[in-house]
Amino acid sequence: MTAEWRPALASSIRLRHDRVRDKDLLVMPERVVVLNPEAGRILRLCDGSRTTTQIVDELAEDFPDASVADDVGEFLDRVRGEGWVR
Amino acid sequence: MSVEETAVGPERSSEAVAAGTVDPPWALLAEVTHACPLHCPYCSNPVELVRRSTELDTATWVRLMEEAGDLGIVHAHISGGEPLLRPDLTEIVAAAERAGIYTQLVTSGVGLDAARLGELTDAGLHSVQLSVQDATAAASDRIAGRRSFADKERAAAVVRAAGLPLGLNVVLHRHNLAGLDAIIRLGAEWGAERIELANTQFYGWALRNRTALLPGRELLTAAEETVRRWRERSSIELIWVVPDYYEGIAKPCMGGWGNRSITIAPDGRVLPCPVAYALPDLSPPNARDHSLAWIWEHSPAFNAYRGTAWMREPCRTCPQREVDFGGCRCQAFALTGDAARTDPACHLSPDHRLIQALTEAPATADFVYRRPGA
Repeated sequence: MTAEWRPALASSIRLRHDRVRDKDLLVMPERVVVLNPEAGRILRLCDGSRTTTQIVDELAEDFPDASVADDVGEFLDRVRGEGWVR
Repeated sequence: MSVEETAVGPERSSEAVAAGTVDPPWALLAEVTHACPLHCPYCSNPVELVRRSTELDTATWVRLMEEAGDLGIVHAHISGGEPLLRPDLTEIVAAAERAGIYTQLVTSGVGLDAARLGELTDAGLHSVQLSVQDATAAASDRIAGRRSFADKERAAAVVRAAGLPLGLNVVLHRHNLAGLDAIIRLGAEWGAERIELANTQFYGWALRNRTALLPGRELLTAAEETVRRWRERSSIELIWVVPDYYEGIAKPCMGGWGNRSITIAPDGRVLPCPVAYALPDLSPPNARDHSLAWIWEHSPAFNAYRGTAWMREPCRTCPQREVDFGGCRCQAFALTGDAARTDPACHLSPDHRLIQALTEAPATADFVYRRPGA
């Protein structure tokens, strides 16, 4: 993950809240991924306008004691590897 | 903070079924019409198709999409027959979109030009799955029973031009397995992200053509090697639907009966699986008479083989019973006349010899195209 990267969801993927299950979901043509609340928060910030630094800064306000930069970086690298964010 | 995502696949526990709680369904297969321009011999739709005059009207499909969203449906596969033959398809897609449902059009490609696709994407269509019968125009058209390959090629191009994800669906059998490498190459050239390589499932019309379509082990072994080589060197997602007649393993049909998916037939019958028309004692409920929620949770049809309590031996005590759910009820019925028996595809089934005998018999028959009166 680089500081200048502005992650965005792949165009074929929808991020939505499932009100029946009360979960955030990533929906793609033949697959659904159920997100935990933290993953959903990160991906909602991946709108192509924010840099990873800005995403980390926003989340750090809510998680002051945690290693947000490491966790977010590892997560975004993983979901980019899956092709879900670009 | 910790971040973790989990892939879908929560298994229903038999305790949940016993306690009367039913998790919501994930997927809807909306068969909006059985009419189809193609005549594929492997068609798994029932021998007796739903007539166009008895199809659900637009308002009912709109209501059903609203109900599906409220019930927890995330995906709708809009299929048929050929769904493009419904002039109100755009309204049906729009209703799904309003309900928050991700829609995939499952099509032969006949009738899918840029204008029609534009209407559908404006209404919220998310992705397209296109059927192809073989890698060349001559071979594909021969299996489809009409000229359609050029339409498919155009359909793939307009889908990619619109930026929608494209998947191919290729039903495999004796007459096209030898060309599998060329089929996958065609998918790559057409820009498919995913190719479903579906070894023929013998239901409906396909059951009539079983002898002509069963491929034999040599073709399958070579095809599996082809898939393995492509997976090594290509990013295309290849789904290999196991030829259960040859593997000795029952397929976990629909991820469990009444567990993940709902099928709505063109006339409003609601089924746990798209080939369950064939089960004579099922009495499927009709969406004209009941809510989808009642059908999912309470109808006798959806509870008939839900969970594991209905199972007999050898399934009842099998460690695989919540993995393969006893295999396919419709195949058990087709081969033994009793839908509650273990799927004969399983090597542990007392009826497994029925399948073995079929795969050992030499194929001689020509296939019969799907046509009225054929």
